[in-house]
Parts: sequence; structure tokens; C-alpha cells
Amino acid sequence: MKNENFNDRNVSDDYFKVDIADYPTTGWGKFKRVIDRTFKIELLVGLWVVLREMFKFNIHTVKYPEEKMPIGPRYRAVHEMKRLWESDTDRCIGCGLCEKICISNCIRIDTKIDENSRKEVSEYSINLGRCIFCGYCAEVCPELAITHGGEYENASDQREHFTMYQDMLTPLDKMKAGKQLEFEGFGAITPHEDERVKKTPLAY
Amino acid sequence: METAYLIETVIKIVVILLVFSALAGIGTYFERKVLAFMQRRLGPMNVGPYGMLQFGADAIKLFTKEDIVPTNVVGPIFKIAPVITAATAFIAAAAIPFLPSFTLFGYEVNPIVSDINIGILYILGVMGIGLYGPLLGGMASANKFSLLSAARSAAVFISYEVVTGLSILAPIMLVGSLSLIDFNNYQIDNGWLIFSQPVAFLLFWIAAFAETGRTPFHLVANDHEIIDGFGTEYSGMRWGLFFIGEYANMFFISFVIPLIFLGGFGDGSVLGAFAFLAKMSFFFFSFLWVRAAWPDVRPDQLMWLCWKVLMPIAVINIIITGVVMMEG
Repeated sequence: MKNENFNDRNVSDDYFKVDIADYPTTGWGKFKRVIDRTFKIELLVGLWVVLREMFKFNIHTVKYPEEKMPIGPRYRAVHEMKRLWESDTDRCIGCGLCEKICISNCIRIDTKIDENSRKEVSEYSINLGRCIFCGYCAEVCPELAITHGGEYENASDQREHFTMYQDMLTPLDKMKAGKQLEFEGFGAITPHEDERVKKTPLAY
Repeated sequence: METAYLIETVIKIVVILLVFSALAGIGTYFERKVLAFMQRRLGPMNVGPYGMLQFGADAIKLFTKEDIVPTNVVGPIFKIAPVITAATAFIAAAAIPFLPSFTLFGYEVNPIVSDINIGILYILGVMGIGLYGPLLGGMASANKFSLLSAARSAAVFISYEVVTGLSILAPIMLVGSLSLIDFNNYQIDNGWLIFSQPVAFLLFWIAAFAETGRTPFHLVANDHEIIDGFGTEYSGMRWGLFFIGEYANMFFISFVIPLIFLGGFGDGSVLGAFAFLAKMSFFFFSFLWVRAAWPDVRPDQLMWLCWKVLMPIAVINIIITGVVMMEG
């Protein structure tokens, strides 16, 4: 394939050039343009268009607090921490990758070793005043533990509104009811992933 | 002067003041709704049913807002300017017959404060004084945008006022009187003046947009160029007075145009009265309609339009009218 094929940006040959007359330079030319514009009554076209729209009454307003636009499953709003489906315990293993990758340094994670000698998250907060909702934390998380939710209505009395781990964690009753929603955005397992999994070739 | 006449006049004045102050507020509701519908929006919806009490909420806001007089302004002039705009708009209404005369409890009421024999001249003159509101307010504000707006209002004023005066001259020549009642009565016998003076009608209508500072000629307080122009430094009810003056002016002009050109209230029947109100509503609607459709012109374009196009047409119209009257 030649270069021209890439350089030619015209998608189709249906383009037509708008017929724009040259700007009149002489006084007579300007006068003719005024007369032309006056008696073509182009102004009335604009009036007709807005009147037509008024009588059509085709309103596009979303009455926001009562009505809300649907948001996509990949929407990146305030974070959520998920629980394991099997045992209802936290998915987070405290690896700290989200803290490392966070480009606005808004995640702070602290871990300790609990009584069963397992790593446990002792401190986890996200500074929503700094967060730019880029989705890297959800993408990097190996356990799909931190994800983005759809809650975009936030209000706080200060800019540095922190969200603690417990607030982001799926509530137990919601978990018991089986209503935890998986995030479909960055880092999530794509649908029908099971069918695409191939067996590890052990033959070699 | 008899007492009954005095009482009647005072009542009329109070009624006109109250009705048109309220109408100015309700006018903003209509403006927002009409503009919204034309732009496929809903407009105010939350205060009251269909947002009908929005005007009340706005009034409460305007009345209770802190009245700020900035440090460097020329105090007395800054304070009097909005009063000039609002007062002249209402003073001009004294010579406008709002309805045909009717009988109330056996007492004949003429819904005009004073039928003076120079009615139309008086109305245009007093409305012209309204210019001093933006002019003085803008110059006293110690704000460059306000100053620009004041300069514009003076430039615009001398442009459109010539057109207003000259365009109205031809109908005055035909009617032979300056009283709006006489205009109305002339059109009962001789047909509407819009048919004999279509050019004058168009010119006066165009000039009315400049007179009230509505959109194609909304240069004096152009939001996207000079913020709110003369109103930039005003807050609370002082700004509200400018607002009431502007909308009252729109209503009064909407009464004057049908009175002069569209037969007014006709022979004074109930039907004629309602037709008159319908005509008035159309002209008020036209102010909102045009605002939704057309862009603003530049000040130099407005002056070009007024001096080089509309004024020659108005003069030619007067000459032709004069020649035809001489022949006939």
C-alpha cells in the first residue's frame, strides 16, 4: 500500500465545496450585497427554525435530581473494595500495587501481620481531593479488589475528602444478598473469559 | 380641579405601577420559558408548578441581597441612575391608553392617565430620557466595562432615536395629531396604518428593538463582550430597578406599536380590547422570539444600519407620503 492511501483523508467522494462569494471590495459591490441579503429575507429563516422547534416541543432536558442519565459499567467514579464471593472476606491482599501506581499519590495503604500470620490491611484510604479517577489502581490490582463504582454525587465540607477502607468495602448484607456488582472496566475479566482459557500445555 | 378626577388619576397611576412592576417580573418568566422552548429546554421548573413562582423567588433574592456601593463610584449619581431608568419607563406610560374606556359601577373609566395632545412625542421623549440611566450609571461606576457600555448607550441612542422620530413622522402627517387616542380613532375610519405605512411600521419596529436594547441591538449590556455593561457594579434592588425599567419599556413599546400601526383597540368593544391585548402580546413575544433566533450586531454595524440605511429610507418615506398627501 502506498503512502498516498494514508495521506488521503477523504472518507468518501461526496464532499462538495461551500459556495462562498468573494468579499466585495468596491462600494457598489457592498451595496449589492446588502440589497441581496435584505430581499432574500434570510433572517426569517432563523425565526422560522426557532418557532418550529418551539411548537415541536421536542425537549431534551434531563431533570437531574429526579432523573439521571444511565452510566456505563466502565464508568470510573468513587472506588469500591470488593469481597470474595466464596468466603465474603476482603479480596485485598495488601500488595500495595495500587499505592505504587497511583499517579496522583492519593492512595495510602498500611499493612500488618495478623494473629494468623497473614498479611492484613490495617490502614487504607483514598484522598478523593487528589484522585483523578484514572483507573490505574483498578487496572493494576491483581485480585480485582479495588474497582470503580458508579457513585458520582459527592459532597464534602473540605477539599481533602478521604474515603476509608470500610466505607468502600461492599457491605456484608449486600454481599449476603449476592448483589455485589463486578466492575467491567480496566483490569476486569472480560465476559466469556472461561471459554477462552486454554489448558496449560504440560506436554513439553 | 375636582376631587373625583384627582382620586381617579391617583388610582390609575397606582394600578399601572403595580400591574407593570408585576408584569415586568412575569415577563422574565415568559422570556425564560419561551427561550427555553425554542432551544429545546424546559426552563425554570422547580419553583412552583412549571416554575411559575420563579419570579417570586427572584424577587425575594433581589430584595434581600446586600446593596453594595463600591468604593470609587460617584455615590449620588450611582444611586440615582437605576431610578431614572425605572421611573422614566413608568412616566412614559402616562400617555398610553391601555384599554378602551369602559364603565365600572356606573362610572366611566378611561384607562389612560392623561390624554395629552402631544402623546406620542411625550412617550418617545420620556423613553429617551431613560438613556440617562445606563449613561450615568455606567459613567459613575468606576468600571471600564461600565464606561464602555455608557459610551455605547450614547452612540446607540443618537442613532436609533433619529430613525424612531423620522419613521413616526409619516403616520403623524396622515393622522394630523400626536395623541394616541386620535391615532386609534383615525384607524377606525381609515383602516390600519400598517397598510398605508408599511415601511414606517418596519422602521419603527426595528427602532423599538434598539430603544429597549433587545437582542439584535443588545450592545449596551452585552454579556459576552462587556459583562453586564452599566449593570456590572450594581447589585440587589438597584440592579432590579434597571431590570424592571427594561421590561416595563418592552411592555410599553409593545402597547405603542399596535396603537400606532395596527388599529389599537379599535372601536372600543370588548373584542377590540382583547384583540389589542393579543397584538400587544405578539409584539412582546417578538422581542423574545428574535432573541432566540438572531445574533447581536456590533455597535458600528448598528450605527451603519441606522444612519446609512434606515434614516434615508425613513426620509424617502416621509417625502413620498407628503407628495401623495399633496396630490390627494
